[in-house]
Amino acid sequence: MKILVVDDETDVRTLFEQRFRREIRSGKFTFSFAYSGEEALDYLHQHASEVVLILSDINMPGMSGLELLRRVKQEYAAPPPAPPLVMMITAYGDSESYDQAMQLGANDFLTKPVDFAALKEKLVSLEKL
Amino acid sequence: MDPESFMNINTEILFTAPVAWGILRGLGKFLDLSQRAPRWNAVFNRIWVPGLVLFLFALVFRIESELLNDAYWLLIFAIISVVLIQLRNYRPARTLLLAIAPFVLYFLLEFVVSVLQKSLVKEYDDAFDTSRVFAVIWLFTFLMIARSQKKNLEAERLLREEEEKAKQRIAAQNVELERLVTERTAALTQQAKELQNTLTELKTTQTQLIQAEKMASLGELTAGIAHEIQNPLNFVNNFAEVSVELCQELREEVEKVDMSAADKEYFMELLNDLSHNQAKINQHGQRAASIVKGMLQHSRVSTGERQATDLNALADEYLRLAYHGLRAKDKTFNATLKTSFDETVGEVEILPQDLGRVLLNLFSNAFYAVQQRQRQGEPDYQPTVTVSTRQANGQVEIRVRDNGTGIPEAVRQKIFQPFFTTKPTGEGTGLGLSLSYDIVTQGHSGTLTLESQEGAGTEFIISLPA
Repeated sequence: MKILVVDDETDVRTLFEQRFRREIRSGKFTFSFAYSGEEALDYLHQHASEVVLILSDINMPGMSGLELLRRVKQEYAAPPPAPPLVMMITAYGDSESYDQAMQLGANDFLTKPVDFAALKEKLVSLEKL
Repeated sequence: MDPESFMNINTEILFTAPVAWGILRGLGKFLDLSQRAPRWNAVFNRIWVPGLVLFLFALVFRIESELLNDAYWLLIFAIISVVLIQLRNYRPARTLLLAIAPFVLYFLLEFVVSVLQKSLVKEYDDAFDTSRVFAVIWLFTFLMIARSQKKNLEAERLLREEEEKAKQRIAAQNVELERLVTERTAALTQQAKELQNTLTELKTTQTQLIQAEKMASLGELTAGIAHEIQNPLNFVNNFAEVSVELCQELREEVEKVDMSAADKEYFMELLNDLSHNQAKINQHGQRAASIVKGMLQHSRVSTGERQATDLNALADEYLRLAYHGLRAKDKTFNATLKTSFDETVGEVEILPQDLGRVLLNLFSNAFYAVQQRQRQGEPDYQPTVTVSTRQANGQVEIRVRDNGTGIPEAVRQKIFQPFFTTKPTGEGTGLGLSLSYDIVTQGHSGTLTLESQEGAGTEFIISLPA
């Protein structure tokens, strides 16, 4: 399963690679990283049908996570290919951001600090679908 | 002898008596005798009595002499002289005495001479006449002088009376002025006191406003800082956690490598230390994270929906919650819980969870304070926490009172500032009251104030618009 992680913090890459090292080594998950909304869209255009899940931060300079979500849901409205699932991750766990994300069609909403054990479980259950 | 003396000469007395009475009346009036010597005045008024007596005496004993009349006159003059001498301190009286003196002397001399030798009078008739004229002129001159003296004295007296009256008027005015001044002074003092009170009130309000402003900006700042710290802190915690996992994995790998036992043991020891350190980093990172979480709650204030809530029930619920929460931690702790609820408070539109947090905070602090005082080992000390509600002037008040250690003035100033705590490190974050303050002031447009007396207790007052 190919997962695109979008966050303006570059250390997110190291963290995810170490957290999911076993899954990556066993080939269960493949992670790609983008450090802005724009970069994420570019990557999606190049690897259109590969990405199954997008994990995106909301607060980013330039294109925000919510904007990215809107664009993705717009571009991939009509399958094929199947639209990627989008999970939002944010430090602001306020109801406003949550409502907005849900309205734009987010598949899940996580708050920082991310509970990696829970995230792993969610990803595994997604894979089984 | 005069030819008239052949008639009943004594009848003369009957004429003399009213004349004398008139003269003495006039004199009495002139001298204000009724005021100066009332007894003499009575004598003056009855001057006709000796005249009448003399007349009747003469009638009975058939005495006929003009000397009787003269004697009567002499008696009158004597009385006048005695009265005038007695009143010698009164200047017109003195002058009158001087006025009548020659006349009286002349009269006396003539009387004495007539008694002793009648012919002598005839012989010195001219001399007597001249003397009489002189005495009469003298008499009238001095009468005039006495009259003018009396007039002057009267005028003086009037003037003095006028002055006295003026003095009295001034005195009365002074008293009135004095009264007015006292009245005005009292009014001014009252005013000054009121102004002083208002000034104190204003100063208090100003301090409160500044404090509120400081709190608001500190709250924002706190939330802002929390956000900024949260991301790097998450990395620290996550990397530390994952490092523990990596160490574990590394340990498993090392087991597979072929090396000397001593080397392996040293290797394992290092890995253990490393793993242990990472765990410590994670543990303290979590501690920081919980503080950040508390700070972030500042920015979460006043989200959520207001609900009509029974304040009395809410206060009661959280009082028990706080008490049992503390009892769970410290079985030996005991305190009296008192409630005094105003039933008219009823339901108020609030954020029940936020206000519940405030109440929990205040109750916890109250229990902490009474616990601290109990530990000082005071005899007969009964820890008591009281919660009361009241509705007045469109405001609802919740008062949380304890009889604990009290709060020193210096601490009171900073008590609502974030991170300010008097508890030992690790026991309090210093965010409880600052958060409560934000919830009450920003979330509910209310006020959170306190009254405290060191060694006697503290009372926190939440005041909300009803």
